[in-house]
Amino acid sequence: MFQAISLMAPELLLATQTIFVVLVTLLVKDEKQADVMRVVAIIMLVIFALIGFLLGRPQGLAFNGMLRVDDFGHYAKLIIGLGAALALIFTRPYFKAEGLDRFEFSVLMLYAVLGMSIMVSANNLLALYIGLELQTLALYIMAAFNRDSLRASEAGLKYFVLGAISSGLLLYGASLIYGFTGHLDFDGIATVIADDGMSVPIIGGMVFMVCGLAFKISAAPFHMWTPDVYEGSPTPVTGFFASAPKFAAMALIARVLFGPLEGAFDQWQQVIASIAIISMFVGAVGALSQTNIKRLMAYSSIANMGYALVPLAAGTAFGLQGMLIFMTIYVITSIGVFSAILQMRIRNGMVEQISDLSGLAKTNRGMAIVMTVFMFSLMGIPPLFGFFGKVFAFLPAIQADLWWLVVAALIASVIGAFYYLRVIKTMWFDEPTVEFIDAPASLRYITTGVALILGLLVFFGVFTLPLRDLLESASLALTS
Amino acid sequence: MFSDLPILPILVAIPILGALFLAVMSRLTRADGYEQMERNAPRTALLVSLIVLILSIVLVFDFDASNPAMQFEDQAAWLGGGIDFRMGVDGISVLFILLTAFLPPLCILASQVSVKERLTDYMIAFLILEALMIGVFCALDLILFYIFFEAVLIPMFIIIGVWGGKDRVYASYKFFLYTLLGSVLMLAAILYLYAQSGVQFGEATTDMVKLRELDISSNIQAWLWLAFFASFAVKMPMWPVHTWLPDAHVQAPTAGSVILAGILLKLGGYGFLRFSLPYFPDASLAFAPIVFLLSVIAIIYTSLVAYRQNDMKKLIAYSSVAHMGFVTMGIFTFNLQGIQGGLFQMISHGLVSGALFFCVGVVYDRMHTREIAFYGGLVKRMPIFAGFFLLFTMANVGLPGTSGFVGEILTMIGAYQVNPWVAAGAALGMILSAMYALHLYRETVFGEQVNEKLDAITDVTGREALILGLLAIFTILLGVYPALVTDITEPAVAQLIADFNADLSVAPTLSEAR
Repeated sequence: MFQAISLMAPELLLATQTIFVVLVTLLVKDEKQADVMRVVAIIMLVIFALIGFLLGRPQGLAFNGMLRVDDFGHYAKLIIGLGAALALIFTRPYFKAEGLDRFEFSVLMLYAVLGMSIMVSANNLLALYIGLELQTLALYIMAAFNRDSLRASEAGLKYFVLGAISSGLLLYGASLIYGFTGHLDFDGIATVIADDGMSVPIIGGMVFMVCGLAFKISAAPFHMWTPDVYEGSPTPVTGFFASAPKFAAMALIARVLFGPLEGAFDQWQQVIASIAIISMFVGAVGALSQTNIKRLMAYSSIANMGYALVPLAAGTAFGLQGMLIFMTIYVITSIGVFSAILQMRIRNGMVEQISDLSGLAKTNRGMAIVMTVFMFSLMGIPPLFGFFGKVFAFLPAIQADLWWLVVAALIASVIGAFYYLRVIKTMWFDEPTVEFIDAPASLRYITTGVALILGLLVFFGVFTLPLRDLLESASLALTS
Repeated sequence: MFSDLPILPILVAIPILGALFLAVMSRLTRADGYEQMERNAPRTALLVSLIVLILSIVLVFDFDASNPAMQFEDQAAWLGGGIDFRMGVDGISVLFILLTAFLPPLCILASQVSVKERLTDYMIAFLILEALMIGVFCALDLILFYIFFEAVLIPMFIIIGVWGGKDRVYASYKFFLYTLLGSVLMLAAILYLYAQSGVQFGEATTDMVKLRELDISSNIQAWLWLAFFASFAVKMPMWPVHTWLPDAHVQAPTAGSVILAGILLKLGGYGFLRFSLPYFPDASLAFAPIVFLLSVIAIIYTSLVAYRQNDMKKLIAYSSVAHMGFVTMGIFTFNLQGIQGGLFQMISHGLVSGALFFCVGVVYDRMHTREIAFYGGLVKRMPIFAGFFLLFTMANVGLPGTSGFVGEILTMIGAYQVNPWVAAGAALGMILSAMYALHLYRETVFGEQVNEKLDAITDVTGREALILGLLAIFTILLGVYPALVTDITEPAVAQLIADFNADLSVAPTLSEAR
């Protein structure tokens, strides 16, 4: 009994919590609702992130085999939970300033995370779809959370319409696979493919599913929504989009590719490799002409998803581990960058243009240094941590003889370096133009903390810590 | 004396700690203490860099020159998976460490007066740069090496961009992107070596010494060699990927140019000796004719280009490319004289070109222009400066008795054994170098003083005389007694050549074969 509950603990926790939160709001005074609910949600998210570890990392099937609980899922939930909690923390000052502070946001966040939680441990095509839709529906609303803003509404609508199409693709692919294997659960599909080999309809289903999932991680050529949604959504929401959901969708891709479609490795390797190449070049080239920092980060995320797919294309446990390391570092960096952007308020609103950052090194040196660390880290310049993300992402691909993919990725990263350099140039080489208002302390702690992690982690043998074992068993959970 | 102390990590750590100290201090300084901070920052930085210099002198004295193996080795667990923290020096790298420790104090002295704004930031960037450059020469782990090698870009980018001249943004971008493009290809090759070591040794490692034992087929060697070559050729820089250098030099502040010419360019040559030759002997041999061709083109072509420059710094920058041509030529002769000459040339060029940039800095600080036509007849106003400038110009030309001569003659002796035509081309380059260098000297120092603005120019100050004097002493000392360098490098170079010939899978007697 306890065993069964401990397997279901993260999802049960969030599901009951969402109901609880809605009920409790009735008892709290209007003006306090948002703050109270945020604190409750943050605590819940942290517990959610850690609960698997507190219970001793239980392994097995939950909800009648709908979900597979393993170390991969535990690790993904850790990153997702903490990322979402940090994102909630940095929504506060922004929503307060914009007069958007409603408790519903925390509830939506809990729903989104519940969806992600189901996604990353899905063991059944239906569970996969339910998790994905639960997450994206919450995200659509979050994108349009500033409902009086034209841009935000447009972002939400665009996200919704294009998201619905991608869900349709995914569902169609899933139905093809179900129709031609006769199974919904991942193990059954894997067995059928292993016994009977691939057939054209199953390949078609695989391609449709990968396309639908590529949309969720904003990999090119399914990236069109990203710049607009990133730009239009409220900045903290954009920061959230760039962190936990990306990780969850990436984990889901890994689960599908290494689970039911394991036997189709030869087929999906080509698909993944070509999506990776297209993404990194579209991201790198597309960002070159951007002047809005949120759009810049959108293209940067497209490129980074391309890099993250490189180790997956290797199709090994080591590659999976490389993807997890890369994505973890990317999530950390994104949170840092967006809380830095959120900190920079000028008298009449937020900083959105890169040119607003000019002369930051003179007016606010700490901020400029922190931002420089993020940019160089995204560029993958050692000794910053982003470099190790790339090393561990590209190494498995080299081992799998995908050297052409790695060379393409490295060349794309040089093109990408140009636009990150432009941000640094604006901060350090140009003269100051605007003055910033003092930033709230909570954001300063996040940015400084992230910058320290990215800048200094190198000096310690981070990967020899228990984290390394966790990553290893997480990647082995899927491949063996 | 230091056999049990981890002296190499300490050498890297001291400047970083100094930079951190300055950063923390400047953060704690309130607005009214800003000027005091700006005054004290260079002093602190000077002290830190002097400590590093003293330690590295001790290191060189402690160094056992007769031993060709790695010394002062330090090892510690780091990232795991065979990527560990490894440092050590041998005869090839130890003198570069000394050179790297020698130039920054001079640069800091010079910058104390010539840099006018954000002096604290400048010093922080400089100390970090120093630490990273020392790190490159100490590293014995490929990943660690790459980290230092690449991280150098960050402070250099900032130095050129913040304190540079009019077109600093363009120059800093060009510098950064050119070198980054080169080095990412090297990263791909490094990852391949790492993966391959796992296959061949059973346990993956990035130990630079151990990786020499890797057995790689000639075909793959060629690709890996090209990947490493892309990185080092850009860093060197070799023709035709040298175009970032003149821009970077012209725009960088004086001290930045000195470091760029004095040390950063040497990373390329060091890389050839550390990686290309020991790891890919077959490919090195196969590509040697191409390297010779590029070197000779570099020597002749850039000498001619240098002659036509109007900007003093640009002229010296092009002459750097030409002199680096001698280095690559020497290294790829694969014989003792050639490689020794290449090493010597790098050390000597570090001193001489650094000194020349200081000389340009001296007149630039006074007149704020580097245009050759602006000057003329400086010898009447600045006799001491004229003397120093003459010495360094002569060393640049390769006059016997100066350090420039030894490197060039050794590389040419080496090249002659392999291919007389290459040596002949290089000799032509020496003549051309006399042409542009003397042209520069005549136009600026001799001749009639036509420009009235020059009436106000003053001779070198005590500080500048100290900087130039120290460089002059070593230029002459190495010129008359080159054994100071060659005795230290010889065992390691001899070992390198022996290993190289042993590892060749084709006929090893290359000089006769050609």
